[in-house]
Amino acid sequence: MSKVIKLKKGLDIKLDGSAENVLIPCVTPMSYGVRPTDFEGVTPKLLVKVGDRVKAGTAVLFDKCRPNLLFASPVSGVVKEIVRGEKRKLLDVVIEPDDQIEYEKFEIPSLESLSVEQIKEFILQAGLWPIFIQRPYGTIALESDTPRAIYVSMFDSAPLSPDVDLIVEQGLPEFEKGLSVLKKLSDNKLFAGVCQVTDKQIVDVISKYATVNTFSQKHPAGCVGIQIANTQPISKGEVVWTIDPQAVLFLGRLFMNGIIDLRKIVAVAGSEIKQTRYHRIISGAKIESFLPLSNIKEQKEDCSVRIIDGNVLTGKKTSLDQHFGYYKNSISVIPEGDNYELFGWIAPRFNKFSVSRSYFSWLTPFKKYTLDTNLNGGERAFVMNGEYDNVLPMDIYPVFLLKAIMANDIDKMENLGIYEVIEEDLALCEFVCTSKVEVQSILRQGINNMIKELN
Amino acid sequence: MKFLRNYIDKVKPSFEKGGKFAKLQSTFDAFETFLFVPNTVTKNGCHIKDSMDLKRAMSMVVIALIPSLLFGMYNVGLQHYLSIGQAETKSLIEMFFFGFIEVMPIVIVSYVVGLGIEFMYAQSRHHEVNEGFLVSGMLIPLIMPVDAPLWMVALSTAFAVVIGKEVFGGTGMNVFNPALLARAFMFFAYTPFISGEKIWVSGLTEGTNVIETYSGATPLTEMVNGITPHTSSMDWLIGTMPGCIGETSFIAIMLGALVLLYTGIASWRIMFSVFAGGLLMGLIFNLVAPEGHAYMQFPFYHHLLIGGFAFGAVFMATDPVTSAQTPRGQWIYGVSIGALAVLVRVVNPAYPEGMMMAILFMNAMAPLIDHCVVNGNIKRRNKRAIANK
Repeated sequence: MSKVIKLKKGLDIKLDGSAENVLIPCVTPMSYGVRPTDFEGVTPKLLVKVGDRVKAGTAVLFDKCRPNLLFASPVSGVVKEIVRGEKRKLLDVVIEPDDQIEYEKFEIPSLESLSVEQIKEFILQAGLWPIFIQRPYGTIALESDTPRAIYVSMFDSAPLSPDVDLIVEQGLPEFEKGLSVLKKLSDNKLFAGVCQVTDKQIVDVISKYATVNTFSQKHPAGCVGIQIANTQPISKGEVVWTIDPQAVLFLGRLFMNGIIDLRKIVAVAGSEIKQTRYHRIISGAKIESFLPLSNIKEQKEDCSVRIIDGNVLTGKKTSLDQHFGYYKNSISVIPEGDNYELFGWIAPRFNKFSVSRSYFSWLTPFKKYTLDTNLNGGERAFVMNGEYDNVLPMDIYPVFLLKAIMANDIDKMENLGIYEVIEEDLALCEFVCTSKVEVQSILRQGINNMIKELN
Repeated sequence: MKFLRNYIDKVKPSFEKGGKFAKLQSTFDAFETFLFVPNTVTKNGCHIKDSMDLKRAMSMVVIALIPSLLFGMYNVGLQHYLSIGQAETKSLIEMFFFGFIEVMPIVIVSYVVGLGIEFMYAQSRHHEVNEGFLVSGMLIPLIMPVDAPLWMVALSTAFAVVIGKEVFGGTGMNVFNPALLARAFMFFAYTPFISGEKIWVSGLTEGTNVIETYSGATPLTEMVNGITPHTSSMDWLIGTMPGCIGETSFIAIMLGALVLLYTGIASWRIMFSVFAGGLLMGLIFNLVAPEGHAYMQFPFYHHLLIGGFAFGAVFMATDPVTSAQTPRGQWIYGVSIGALAVLVRVVNPAYPEGMMMAILFMNAMAPLIDHCVVNGNIKRRNKRAIANK
């Protein structure tokens, strides 16, 4: 095995309720959704109207600025509803599924005969292109770019995140096919980040197609951005593409079977779940279908839970009647913290987790905590220093970067490394912040300003 | 505690926008959040948050200051009774009680004036009241001479809070350490009340009943004037010598340092490097000292024990807002403070204590140091970009 890249900085937040190793088969939900809000920087335009019949793989949306960027329907059925929000913003295309899924058939090309451009064209046409995310900016990759490399992170180190090995083992041949496509697409510059406990068999498969880097496990080592930064950081003018392991499976199925098959496995986890499980779903399924209300622990009076589309550090707040996010692999349910605590700021609070030793959680490193969504204080200006640096294994000064963003100083943002980071990389900074600064939303605002300024 | 919560919920609407007391919203909020951790929840992004907040961080510093405060009170009593020749007849409790009566008014004045101004500013800006002054309000009395008139303390505090902090936008935006600024203001505006041989001991300025053999001079004043200090190095360690209220006891300060380092609130890099810088400078003086220059020959490790060196190193230099922010910058910042403090002490007879000047000067330099360190990072990044082309 190759040398292990040990990242000392970081933080593992041990939460109660990680998903048990039980896989529940797919249940057909009432509806599926394609949500334009899942995709950063896209101006969605509809290709279907209410009542239209679609197949799995039929494009339902495209991007106004990039007409060849299509978004495919995950299942076959009838378009039931187009949900719009304020100012008629497109929020969701709801599809009522058929009992038996009909697939849009794409002619399977032989990989050897295809040029890189033809591969791109084929994926775009099938509406699967959104699986490629680019750095900088964390937006959907631009097909006209030639990326320096393609990175895939083969483990997820965030709290309550799914076991990627378990997901990949369910479809190793498709995965392998997906990797071979990526290898060709990246011109042999495919990089995979594994951790020390990644299954040997999987590592062997990957190493046939990609350069394998082994990382220590402490979060955020599983974030692909951190892996890039610790192997070959992104410089100005460079583009790197990233792809999620589940999306590699989508890609493999497209090239093996010629269909858009967005089946995936999600972890249902969190302290407020009665039975934590892995569920087979199809991307965009209604959350209720795999997380029924009966699987959420009953709460005391005046208490509620928060359902998070994704993990607790980067996910989005959602509800049972919403559809599951395109890029997400887990759903987390934790208690809502909308209650008051008398003199909480000075009490010893033995059941609270903190990186600070003014709490006692450092004495019990293996204890699992039930954390709620309370802000635990009020938002302030930056006061403490060195907090962010301890959890960010990158050659970046995060506070200086954030201040540059707040001042909207484009040059400085560029100089301080905004191209290298997206929200998930700095999520831990937001977690540990004493001043409760909203790091991730500030960063996204900065990235959006960059995009606007440079185009 | 349910009734308290219920009561707050009942009166809360009248303090909110449109309510009868809407003008006092920040004040109300400050008291409410003092009693209860608020029920605010996270939005998107990070759904869980570390339990640490600024209130707790600042409270930890105040806790760290308690040993110095308590010892300071005792020492005020001790020095007073020594000066009137009654030290042998008084018990520890009596000495402490005397000091308590002398010191408490200064603490109260500092907090009332400082927090009053903070509340006013917070209200006018519709902000939440920031906790920064909890620490400054305790630091100010501890670096004042016990005989300083209360109105001067009030004026210095007001100056420090308004000019030192609020004009920059409040806690987190200030360039200089507010507590030190208060002391600097007093030092330049009312020099006789914060220097000399009498001001450090309660009752010595008036001079009633003082026995002839007693000297209220601090070791620093004596060293500058070329006199061998009348106190021993053991006194310096324990703190039984004249000086500012909280700065005398090395041991009490080190207890505070332990709290700060244990909780990780103060930067160990800064604390360590200030001491290292002081020792280094002292050592250089020791090595090059010409014959007969007593101050240069003063053992280098003794510099840490006298004056405000230790107090400044532990509580002032480590102020996270005004110190350097980058790890490498913190080393430079710390060593410079320590070295400058000793340099000013030994070489410049106009200022017996160099610590205040050194820290304020390096506060001003900290952004520059950080700028250089961050520029190093930028250069590295740009170089990489060019190399890749």
